[in-house]
Amino acid sequence: MTRVVLPYHLRSLAKVDGEVTVEGTTTAQVLDALEAGYPTLRGTMRDPASGQRRAFVRFFACQEDISHAGLDEPLPPAVVDGSEPFLVVGAMSGG
Amino acid sequence: MAGVRVLVGTRKGAFVLTSDEARRDWKIDGPHFGGWEIYHLKGSPVDPDRIWASQSGDWFGQVIQRSTDGGQTWDAVGNDFSYEGEAGTHQHYDGTLKPWVFKRVWHLEPSLTDAGTVFAGVEDAALFKTTDGGTTWAELAGLRLHGSGPQWQPGAGGLCLHTILLHPTDEQRIFTAISAAGAFRTDDGGASWLPINKGLLSGEIPQQEAEVGHCVHKLAMHPSRPDTLFMQKHWDVMRTDDAGGSWREISGNLPTDFGFAIDVHAHEPETVYVVPITSDYLHVAHEGKLRVYRSRSGGDDWEPLTKGLPQANCYVNVLRDAMAVDRLDDGGIYFGTTGGAVYCSPDGGDSWEAIVHDLPAVLSVEVQTL
Repeated sequence: MTRVVLPYHLRSLAKVDGEVTVEGTTTAQVLDALEAGYPTLRGTMRDPASGQRRAFVRFFACQEDISHAGLDEPLPPAVVDGSEPFLVVGAMSGG
Repeated sequence: MAGVRVLVGTRKGAFVLTSDEARRDWKIDGPHFGGWEIYHLKGSPVDPDRIWASQSGDWFGQVIQRSTDGGQTWDAVGNDFSYEGEAGTHQHYDGTLKPWVFKRVWHLEPSLTDAGTVFAGVEDAALFKTTDGGTTWAELAGLRLHGSGPQWQPGAGGLCLHTILLHPTDEQRIFTAISAAGAFRTDDGGASWLPINKGLLSGEIPQQEAEVGHCVHKLAMHPSRPDTLFMQKHWDVMRTDDAGGSWREISGNLPTDFGFAIDVHAHEPETVYVVPITSDYLHVAHEGKLRVYRSRSGGDDWEPLTKGLPQANCYVNVLRDAMAVDRLDDGGIYFGTTGGAVYCSPDGGDSWEAIVHDLPAVLSVEVQTL
């Protein structure tokens, strides 16, 4: 069970408080599960047509930026087993 | 009891302002979607409690929200605006070619006859339509692909389709406007489109009389005269009386004819309102005075309306979708500024009062007469 920490705006859109949990061993699987469980998040983290990560969205895990790792790369075991969260982060761009 | 509901989109959320028909005491509700850019909200003429909102931001893209209770609660609906087929290219600011990329929805225009049908004008410029209440959106690609698309270029705000005017009785006829491409008309429900820019002159393009390339800022129509359109162009205020077959300038005695917003009185089809803005390099109120200009003769002859508006040290802008009129007997008019004020005139422009002063920069204002 992967724990996902969403940024403020996405928690508001998904109408959730705090962390959410999904099944997934890769970033792509986590995003698939998030979009399936919370359809209002479709298109907010990745382009619906190309599947590419949105430019101002970053993914962190175990204190590493995994935004540029392949979407199908395995996530760290600590994220997959839920001892560390998968973080969806809005890029630090002011505003 | 009659009243009005003013829907305000801002750089940091949406606000719903309500009043009875006196329009003196207001309830201000919001922000909804705090922190997001709300380019536009508009209610359905068929079901006024059904309101649509375009919510967007650089971080998380485009969301479409729908309310079915007059803006009290909202639910996100479909947000997949995929261009039909090969997206192709348009001109960039420097004249090079740039791929068409969806960025945001600028304008939502609910159908006049069906509560589940809405048109959406988007950046990069294209027209979309939903007929299932917003679950899915399909491009009316005949506009983008009619032939002149590769010559379109972005205005300062982007290559945006910002105006959608639905003919009051002929569902097949729609007018749109794009910065910076021009105005277009379909007579077959969006399958095919005709550029309607004859008579426009634009010094910002190499051929001033070109078929496309004009930076049209906004169009307005009175439903009783759907062949007459009023246009605030980048520079010049224009009108057509033959559904875009030809345009003539009506700037007349305006102190400057640059601006963004334009609208028509609800009950007087020859009474037109604009807000002159200094110039294309100085996007602020002219001479530091916030003045609405009214023509009661369909243009050419304009009078400043200043009572209740700041007449010194005012350097705000009024953006293209930030003016609207109500349908109460005495014809109220409203506009919002980039300084966060929303003004109401309950007497057709003779006097003004700020409903609210310090909202985030106002992007759009729409009014529902309830």
